[in-house]
Amino acid sequence: MAILEAKNVSIRYITGDFKDIGLKEYVIRKLTGNYRVTEFWADKDVSFSLERGEMLGIIGSNGAGKSTLLKAVSGIMLPTQGWIRREGSVAALLELGSGFDGELTVRENAFLRGALLGYTRKFMNETYDQIIDFAELKEFEDRPFKQLSSGMKSRLAFSIACLVKPDILILDEVLSVGDEAFSQKSAQKMREVITGGATTILVSHTLTQVRELCTKVLWLHKGRQIEFGVDVQGICDRYEQFQNGELSILQS
Amino acid sequence: MLQRYKKNQFLFEELVKRDFKTKYKRTVLGMAWSVLSPLLYLLVMWLVFSRFFGHSTPHYTTYLFCGNLVFSFFNESTSQGMTALIGNADIFTKINVPKYLFLFSKNVQCLINFGLTLCVFCVFCVFDHITFTWRFLLLLYPICCLELLNLGIGLILSALYVFFRDMQYLWSVFTQLLMYASAIFYSVDNFSPQMQRLFLVNPVYMIIKYFRVIVIDGSMPSPAYHLLMAAEAFLAFGIGCWMYKKYNHQFLYYL
Repeated sequence: MAILEAKNVSIRYITGDFKDIGLKEYVIRKLTGNYRVTEFWADKDVSFSLERGEMLGIIGSNGAGKSTLLKAVSGIMLPTQGWIRREGSVAALLELGSGFDGELTVRENAFLRGALLGYTRKFMNETYDQIIDFAELKEFEDRPFKQLSSGMKSRLAFSIACLVKPDILILDEVLSVGDEAFSQKSAQKMREVITGGATTILVSHTLTQVRELCTKVLWLHKGRQIEFGVDVQGICDRYEQFQNGELSILQS
Repeated sequence: MLQRYKKNQFLFEELVKRDFKTKYKRTVLGMAWSVLSPLLYLLVMWLVFSRFFGHSTPHYTTYLFCGNLVFSFFNESTSQGMTALIGNADIFTKINVPKYLFLFSKNVQCLINFGLTLCVFCVFCVFDHITFTWRFLLLLYPICCLELLNLGIGLILSALYVFFRDMQYLWSVFTQLLMYASAIFYSVDNFSPQMQRLFLVNPVYMIIKYFRVIVIDGSMPSPAYHLLMAAEAFLAFGIGCWMYKKYNHQFLYYL
């Protein structure tokens, strides 16, 4: 049985004048008829399914709807049409620094992040040492978080998210952060997580990474699903050809 | 259900810790200051108003303190609660967490401050020769109503603030108005009975008056008074919860 299944998922996004305006401005624009809201489909008819232990790579150029799809997978957004079914917990590996507080120490941030990702205090007490060792931040654990370098911050974020065995792990453009040694170590850890039974979704612009790690690929273009399947190399090849302008995709 | 509650409890505790540490920056003075500032405000009000109203109102210092105590808790927790969602935007746009926890955790700070000020209030009562009776225990009731009201208004404001960023200024104007309408430094006895009834629309006034009836008059408000006060608090809380439920997945678009 699929651990994660998305069926005909379409997500409508709205943008427009309503951002960052105040009540006064809103009233004025409503009155003068200047209030515009544009809707667009960030994702249209996307379907995929994942079995336990598989790793899905999502590829596509900017604006393809990858991040929006991930938001729906993690439950932050609801699909406008279609449905997504999840069995088990979803842990998102956040972008660098978001959800961390600069004033708190590394240790406090680790616990806060752990709590945000839905782990229990007992679990965090048990795994904290492991996390800090893996992130190689032992001597920094009582320093304010803002004193860390950006590489160190992402190391911590990565360590918390993957030492904790979620059922579904989402990685959004993160493996490329950190120095050479750490990114090798993290790729190694990723493989361990996958073989350990975690289902993983990787969003990456680095095709070599997708080819190397993923067992399934989903190719999105401007919100539409171009291809989905287990033929990782084939899809990546065609995506590369498309990027080089050697292949055009038929828009239905 | 229980597991979910436990999970949220851990997150809630960590959020409270974070808010506490970032607010006071681990200084003792930071904590003392937040108790001191309502006291200084009280002093200013006392200096200005005691010559006008002090003769006609018995126990005027306590009378003033009742108003200040309640109003400053309301003011602090609503205006700080307003930023609870926006301030945590980079968290809830990335992780699916119950959003009301951010507001609740901010509210804990204000509740602690209120508790400390309440202790000072009791000391003041002693100096003002107030007799302590068993009825003081009843003060728990308006405190619960006030907390519920604060949470409710906080939920409403923090949601509105996501949509309209000038809410902060509008709210600060409104709280000024509310302060004058809450009879903090004057007495409503000079108004006509109809006018006095109109004051009861304001839940903050109701709570202040409850305090005064218990502490200064040594008596007890009527059952209807209890009901009305709770109804107003529950109404605010209900609207707040409804807004969070309705816009739970839409806040994202505004950030």
